[in-house]
Amino acid sequence: MIAVRDLEVAFGDLRVLDGVSLDVAPGEFVSVLGPSGSGKSTLFGVLAGLLAPDAGEVATGSVAYMPQKDLLFPWRSVLDNTTLGLEVAGMGRREARARARELFEPFGLTGFEHSRPEELSGGMRQRAALLRTVVQDREVLLLDEPFGALDSLTRTTMQEWLEEVRARFGWTVLLITHDVREAVFLSDRVVVLSPRPATVRADVVVDLPRPRSLETITDPRFAAAEAELLAVLRSR
Amino acid sequence: MTRADERRPVSRSATGRADVRPVAAAPPTWGRRVLPPVVVVAVLLLAWQLAVTLLAVTPQVLPSPLRVVEQGWANRAALWDNTIPTLQVTAVGFAVSLAVGWALAVTVDFSPWLRRALLPLMVASQTLPIIAIAPLMILWFGFGLLPKVLVIALVTFFPVVVGLVEGFARTDREASNLLRSMGASRWAEFRYVRLPGAMPSFFTALRIAITYAVTGAIFAEYVGARSGLGIYMNQQKNSFRTDLVLAAVGVSALVTLALFALTFLVQRVVAPWVRR
Repeated sequence: MIAVRDLEVAFGDLRVLDGVSLDVAPGEFVSVLGPSGSGKSTLFGVLAGLLAPDAGEVATGSVAYMPQKDLLFPWRSVLDNTTLGLEVAGMGRREARARARELFEPFGLTGFEHSRPEELSGGMRQRAALLRTVVQDREVLLLDEPFGALDSLTRTTMQEWLEEVRARFGWTVLLITHDVREAVFLSDRVVVLSPRPATVRADVVVDLPRPRSLETITDPRFAAAEAELLAVLRSR
Repeated sequence: MTRADERRPVSRSATGRADVRPVAAAPPTWGRRVLPPVVVVAVLLLAWQLAVTLLAVTPQVLPSPLRVVEQGWANRAALWDNTIPTLQVTAVGFAVSLAVGWALAVTVDFSPWLRRALLPLMVASQTLPIIAIAPLMILWFGFGLLPKVLVIALVTFFPVVVGLVEGFARTDREASNLLRSMGASRWAEFRYVRLPGAMPSFFTALRIAITYAVTGAIFAEYVGARSGLGIYMNQQKNSFRTDLVLAAVGVSALVTLALFALTFLVQRVVAPWVRR
């Protein structure tokens, strides 16, 4: 679904990505973990087609990109925010709305179709933004720290929810995060980037049964994976 | 349980959800908004009235506010007959100004080259002394509508252009990226993000521009017209009717206030999401 080989990106003299390679198989959930400023968002920029790489090869299926900010527009209702991608792709408004509406129930947004975005709580805003991403029906979801701005309680709830809906819909996901626990909880594999200029420092398989729930966190294998990732992140 | 907890109402919608944010505090009531300016104006008028009475100033120099109102009312037919053409000129001139302003702003937003080429010219246009240009306009275009429309457009298009250009440019980079990741063309990006995003800035600019519009019209008429508040003021000044000059000034202030209020109404219809 995604194959990146020896990707290099530089902004002037600033080398950001220095030979990054990674793969994501269909149906797989992969997280990219790295210190802040390590070029995670730059990697996503290339995958989303916003940046041209300086060297290397990138092959992706069709991708839908969810940026860090929810970017729900105040001039559109929640429903019309979620149809934005479909409208941009040229779909009629009626059909786009019908498609998006089907997802309001699993996304816990039923009854808020005609609300203004500012009437939603932080967690609901992120779910609406994810709905806008998912409804475009692309092969891979690129999620850039979707829960970064949420309080820790809401974040935990959202992680459990994401685990649930992903199993239900079978999405292929590439997630950026700097939260080690989030990466372990959600992923099949975690790719760790080094500080800038970034290379892949480790590619760790998370061997935990699915579906995962709060009990997963107390599994010794969870702690082991977390410890391994932290060690890689901190090594020089 | 603390007192504060007891008092806080549990906000649940009909569907039983509790995670809806509370609606923002209600705006101040009509009375609270209108009362302060009314009080200030009343105090100023009272001081003016007292000063004129106590100092025994002749009405040719400074009439009392009561006299201005009295004479204004007595001459209401003439005032009204001169207000209508001024309003017409203002409406046409402002419409032209908006059309030109939008056209320039959108052009400049799509073409960085034209942006660099045109912006300095537009700034330069604002340094033209209207007091020298207006009589020339009359000389070139006669006493009809055109020279007045041009003067109004010249004094009001600039805030509109600047407001729009900066409003478009204020678009969040990430919002542009999001649209591009969806495969949006530059035009789609403009339509879905840049245009609606510029509305707050546009309406601020509109309010600034509209306060210049009536003054611009009066000025153009002052220089040369057949009827209108500007020409009326000029005639009354020449007959030493200071009271009627001031009555006309009062009318033009009321017209400007009404147009200013109208922008809020338009904003409510066109861009209801914009907060004041």
